[in-house]
Amino acid sequence: MAWTKNVLRVNLEAGTCTTEPLNLQWAQDYLGQRGLATKYLVSEIDPKVDPFSPKNKLIFVTGPLTGTMAATGGRYSVVTKGPLTGAIACSNSGGYFGAELKFAGWDMVIFEGASPKPVYLLINDGQAELVDASHLWGKTVWETEEIIKTQLQDPQIRVASIGRAGENRVLYAAIVNDLHRAAGRSGVGAVMGSKSLKAVAVRGTRTDAYAPANPEAFFAATEAGKKVLAANGVTGQGLPTYGTQVLMNVINELGALPTRNHREVQFEGAHDISGEAMHEKRPTDGKTNLVTNGACFGCTIACGRISRMDPGHFSVKDKPQYHGASGGVEYEAAWALGAANGVNDLEALTYANFLCNEDGFDPITFGATVGAAMELYEMGVLTEQEVGFKLPFGSTEAMVKLAELTARGEGFGKVMGLGSKRLCTKYGHPELSMTVKSQEFPAYDGRALQGMGLAYATNNRGACHLRGYMVSPEVLGIPVKMEPQATEGKPAMLKAFQDLTAVVDSAGICLFTTFAWGLQDIQPQIQAACEGDWSEERLLLVGERIWNLEREFNLAAGFTKKDDNLPPRLLKEPAQTGPQKGAVSKLDVMLPEYYQLRGWTPEGVPTAETRKRLGV
Amino acid sequence: MKITLKLFASLAVHLPRAARSRHRTDLEVEPGATVADVILQQRIPPGQCAIVLVDGVWVAPPERAARVLAEGEVLAIWPPVAGG
Repeated sequence: MAWTKNVLRVNLEAGTCTTEPLNLQWAQDYLGQRGLATKYLVSEIDPKVDPFSPKNKLIFVTGPLTGTMAATGGRYSVVTKGPLTGAIACSNSGGYFGAELKFAGWDMVIFEGASPKPVYLLINDGQAELVDASHLWGKTVWETEEIIKTQLQDPQIRVASIGRAGENRVLYAAIVNDLHRAAGRSGVGAVMGSKSLKAVAVRGTRTDAYAPANPEAFFAATEAGKKVLAANGVTGQGLPTYGTQVLMNVINELGALPTRNHREVQFEGAHDISGEAMHEKRPTDGKTNLVTNGACFGCTIACGRISRMDPGHFSVKDKPQYHGASGGVEYEAAWALGAANGVNDLEALTYANFLCNEDGFDPITFGATVGAAMELYEMGVLTEQEVGFKLPFGSTEAMVKLAELTARGEGFGKVMGLGSKRLCTKYGHPELSMTVKSQEFPAYDGRALQGMGLAYATNNRGACHLRGYMVSPEVLGIPVKMEPQATEGKPAMLKAFQDLTAVVDSAGICLFTTFAWGLQDIQPQIQAACEGDWSEERLLLVGERIWNLEREFNLAAGFTKKDDNLPPRLLKEPAQTGPQKGAVSKLDVMLPEYYQLRGWTPEGVPTAETRKRLGV
Repeated sequence: MKITLKLFASLAVHLPRAARSRHRTDLEVEPGATVADVILQQRIPPGQCAIVLVDGVWVAPPERAARVLAEGEVLAIWPPVAGG
């Protein structure tokens, strides 16, 4: 069986760790990872609970393909009620931690309550205990991981931890594993901090904890899947060589690169911060920013960027701890730290990204919040006196300084840690926050790409590109090309993407496989791994069920149709340049059709028939 | 007639050496030249032309032989790439 059938429940208040059997009926209904943990969370907490209350729970969860020979089978998710949005939060990470948790024999770990003192959870196969972490509190992610490995004299332990941002409850704090892979969005790290849980350290060596239901079929299906990834131009060549960062010039040429807090849709410095630029030798030291690519557990794509900074760059000149190779900027981070603020210094972006990894906070929300602060500053609403320094668009020094202050929770960094919605509201201009459900947009303009605008507005965890990646059809022509400004067919395509993505996120594999894989490639792997009949139709039904369960949670938490919206800037201020010039979001055209396709009322509530059909 | 040719990622090798770091060059083409003509003239493998934009607008493979370029237009091409 591809599930270990074991759930570890950790009561942080009582300091206990207990084992319970996995609810196998729920596994059949929700598959694993995102879907299964959402089912547990929804069943165990009040949707209206304060995200920082001990009554909120935090779930680390793997999927049935996690820790298997399926390509990219190393994913895990963290599910909780998010503090940035107040909605369901589910953040997905790669690296090696997820597979190690499965090797130790656990499908999921449920944290409940809050510890009276800092602790970390140590898992050694079937043994689990809470360990005093007083000596780790105040340490960065990088320090924490090193200290734990050194103290336990085991370099093969895998660690997922929070840095100072999580401790300080930065509302977009991340949980970072393997030094630079992160459950990055929606503030799951802040919930961890609120529970005084510093880290989860895992060593897994079991070979008997789980096995595919049909080993021969699983071997054949996973081998076939790897051949498809290797033969595909995107997953076999494009992503390994240039990473996601290759999109910078594509999206800019298309006029869909949000610039300076979405005031513009093209950035004159895009080339300077692009994937291509990471390959070029710096004039200062003759070396490239990119050192090599990197892969997560079981990944045959290897899109990760490993970068080394110019040691003479002003941001790290006297800081040798940043002179080594570490996790470089991916596309979303490079956009948020760069174009969103008008900053075109690749080295500064890399440094800020290092800080996000080191102290655990989401570079997308952070960078977008810098953009909002810069606009407030240029309007004269936010002053040099309040910030402590000048904050014009394009100021590399200011962006770097804000990253340092946010990481340490000092000065204006405390305000930055609230995210752009609360920042802009505090200064009387909530309309300048480029968010949906209080979470910041990623790197595609919702005016220029109509389908992405709809995806943002309807996303269950707030603005995010990873729940229905309409960039694929609207920009890349995968699986079919759709015109960016067209609205026809977009609601149906988005619904299909959202449901399929929920399946991928619940299986234990990486979403990037879907640049090459269709459901016909994924289904045989799940079918061979898991007991039962897992037809394509059933999998899509599972995906739809997960989407609706998340929706129901949000509705019960107090969200309504009015939250399925975009900022006025995207609805009323036309794109000023490029091929999408004149465009505004046509959300009002698409949203009613989307609700109808979902089987929801005009108010966005699942009908009784839909609930019955999905069993939600 | 002058156009601008932009070649990104691994396609940059088909640009003059001095133009590769900026991924762009100005190109003199015959009036009436199509997107497919430029791809052929510059010896860019057609199978590697996954994303082809003229002034930011997508040109699908079947349209490339018919899409005539105009003075000053920007032809930008990428191999198969993606992100997220």
